[in-house]
Amino acid sequence: MIKTTAQKIYTFLIFVFLYAPIVTLMVLSFNASKTRAKWGGFSLKWYKNLFRNEAILQALWNTLAIAFLSALIATVIGTIACISINSMKKRNRAVIMGITNIPMLNAEIVTGISLMLLFISLGIKFGFTTILLSHITFNIPYVILSVMPRMKQLNPSTYEAALDLGASHTVAFFKVVFPDILPGILSGFLMAFTMSLDDFIITYFTKGPGVDTLSTKIYTEVRKGIKPEMYALSTIIFVSVLVLLLLSNYSPKDKKKV
Amino acid sequence: MSKKLLSAPYLFWSVMFILIPLGMVFYYGFTDKTGAFTLDNIIAITTAEHSKALWEALKLSFISTLICFLLAYPLALILSSRNVKQNSFLILIFILPMWMNFLLRTLAWQTLLEKTGVINSILKFLNLPTLNIINKPEAIVLGMVYNFLPFMVLPLYNVLVKIDKNVINAARDLGANSVQTFFKIIFPLSLPGVFSGITMVFVPALTTFVISNILGGSKILLIGNVIEQEFTQTGNWHLGSGLSIVLMVFIIINMVISALTDKDGEAQGL
Amino acid sequence: MKKLTALLLCGITAVSLLTGCGSDSNAGVNGEVYVYNWGEYIDPETLDMFEEETGIKVIYDEFDINENMYPKVEAGAVAYDVVCPSDYMIQKMIDNGLLQELNFDNMPNAKANIGAQYYEQAAAFDPGNKYCVPYCWGTVGILYNKTMVTEPVTSWSILWDEKYDDNILMQDSVRDAFMVALKAKGYSMNTMDKSQLEEVTNDLIAQKPLVQAYVLDQVRDKMIGGEAALGVIYSGEAIYTQRDNADLEYVIPEEGTNVWIDGWVVPKNAPNKENAEKFIDFMCRGDIALMNFEYITYSTPNTAAQALIEDEDIKNSKIAFPDLSQYENLETYRYLGEEGDELYNSLWKKVKG
Repeated sequence: MIKTTAQKIYTFLIFVFLYAPIVTLMVLSFNASKTRAKWGGFSLKWYKNLFRNEAILQALWNTLAIAFLSALIATVIGTIACISINSMKKRNRAVIMGITNIPMLNAEIVTGISLMLLFISLGIKFGFTTILLSHITFNIPYVILSVMPRMKQLNPSTYEAALDLGASHTVAFFKVVFPDILPGILSGFLMAFTMSLDDFIITYFTKGPGVDTLSTKIYTEVRKGIKPEMYALSTIIFVSVLVLLLLSNYSPKDKKKV
Repeated sequence: MSKKLLSAPYLFWSVMFILIPLGMVFYYGFTDKTGAFTLDNIIAITTAEHSKALWEALKLSFISTLICFLLAYPLALILSSRNVKQNSFLILIFILPMWMNFLLRTLAWQTLLEKTGVINSILKFLNLPTLNIINKPEAIVLGMVYNFLPFMVLPLYNVLVKIDKNVINAARDLGANSVQTFFKIIFPLSLPGVFSGITMVFVPALTTFVISNILGGSKILLIGNVIEQEFTQTGNWHLGSGLSIVLMVFIIINMVISALTDKDGEAQGL
Repeated sequence: MKKLTALLLCGITAVSLLTGCGSDSNAGVNGEVYVYNWGEYIDPETLDMFEEETGIKVIYDEFDINENMYPKVEAGAVAYDVVCPSDYMIQKMIDNGLLQELNFDNMPNAKANIGAQYYEQAAAFDPGNKYCVPYCWGTVGILYNKTMVTEPVTSWSILWDEKYDDNILMQDSVRDAFMVALKAKGYSMNTMDKSQLEEVTNDLIAQKPLVQAYVLDQVRDKMIGGEAALGVIYSGEAIYTQRDNADLEYVIPEEGTNVWIDGWVVPKNAPNKENAEKFIDFMCRGDIALMNFEYITYSTPNTAAQALIEDEDIKNSKIAFPDLSQYENLETYRYLGEEGDELYNSLWKKVKG
């Protein structure tokens, strides 16, 4: 009994640590004063202003579009790659997995800089495309690492059985393999989406003029003081994700009760 | 076989966007402004400012990794002993903060830790001594632990939850007490997760420039800050690349250690 | 997990629909102009007005210090049409052939509205006034909190006073930091004298333990919040902070300081020079310059705008429009050549390391 109480307190304290800054930001979003250094009373005006602030909405749109597209493309490339990596000889596989690990294990700053150097030497105009390409690059490993274990658990004979029964490779893949690796693909996608959403360093080195994600926008604002609309937006995003999470977690239980 | 062809897009992508760019960092790192080969950019790490920045970064990231490990291990143990349904929820709770922008979260610590900040206001109200760590190394460590703790918890949790309960029960049946069970069974089995977690915390902590900027008041220069400034301010890409190569040596050492403990060549963490 | 992903996707689509209308990034009917300016250094409303009146789309980007802006323009990966650097940086860009001459015939407002004395001042770094139209100017001084500093603040040397341990904010940029230290010793802030520089480098190193943080514009929030007693600050920011905290006072130390000018310039590789000149001229219009002045609170060299100011307090503000004749040893930064850059940068690294 004492043990479980201690466990609960410990878990609780860690949660306080993780969520204290988030609560702070939420409180600041209701601060009537423009500066974070002063409490100027409760106000909803930043929420109102947010929807009129085109720059922030544009940054939000860029962030979501880049996160969604990069996660999607990375998921497709990564999943296809997994199929072939899985059938490779051990040595080739080790080499490829080694390369896959590079963007994950390497310093973000080095990855960002290396991509910046590449884009400059290729003469690609910095902007949406360069950010997207960079995000796909660091997202692929997350997809591969979450699909690969599922791939390994597959029983290869089911796929061969489907072929023997006359299914084409494509049909066999979508009917037999795909459903089994789907959870891996989805969690890979989700992971990639989240990583892209939260990235700052790589975007910082590969972004172009007029194209800001929320991260780079915030970074330029750090110096001058964050515009409170940004706190409002973050609060909205956070609360909606939290609500989705609660819904997805509790709805199955409710059904059982009924 | 058509399966081989399937890897083509990814191979192309890795060569184009991983290997070639890295090659360019090496090219810049080993040349000077005229394009001639030089080792100066690498040797530059031995100058007082650079080696100090590297040492500071190694020190702070080591401390942060250690604290992350000490905080995360008990937590992962607790989480892995709960029932499964509740767990996936708890784990998601750890990823959830990432949906609030990383810069904002770090900045919030500034609001919390400042002299006139939230924590000190509470402490003053309670007549307790105030906490003065903002713009000091302690604040940077706190920022690192805060930002990277989930990367330690998740891999640890993933290995701990997979440990066969029968093995633990067997140990108990054979007379091992809980301390013995932990050190003889659980801990050795969780080592892949430990190493994976260490890598995932140590590398970003070692190379960060944002956390030290926001919470360190720019008073403490880490190697990440030096590299960032070479690229964005001084405009000396050669020196910046050279220092990046030095930094990569430390990351490679870390990679080798985790590769040795992770025989499948795949991080267990995710 | 599946369910969560599905729900997330729904959420994303909803948000996309919500914001999608704002993402319409068609080029303006009359082309576009790439503007690279300091962070929060313009009233965003004026950009909208410019787009509406001219049909030119503004693609706007921000930098935080001159030193960050230069490599980007030099690398040329992004071709900007209009940039707003400070004096010494403009000189550096002219010296290194990064700028193109402006055609003042296309910019009647720039000719008529910017006070002659500001062009005169700008001629120091832009001989013949060929490249730059002044946008803002100001001084650098000490902002102090009257509740925490009771003695009169007259000298830069107060920033070395141990009484204010952990209560001092210094600027986190090479030239500004060295300016403070050089001026405190009575040296020129454009010195290339090695022994003087060595001396003040040691001063800065000695000061470091007393410094709470090296900041750029964060000085604003920190001073408003009462985090520090003294901070090195640009005059425009000082006016901004006083609006939120009446305890703050700005002084120009008696040893003199930096009088700076930020101006619009057009890089050599600008793809839309005509639009760039239209943009610069628009910003020189009296009413527009006034809007910007009121928004960013940095002193405007625009005489038409100065005449339009209604608020008496601001009009007579000693911070916004100081009488420079009563100060001695005022200087403007000069570009010190590649050698100077390297010397200052390496010494600064020593201070920070």
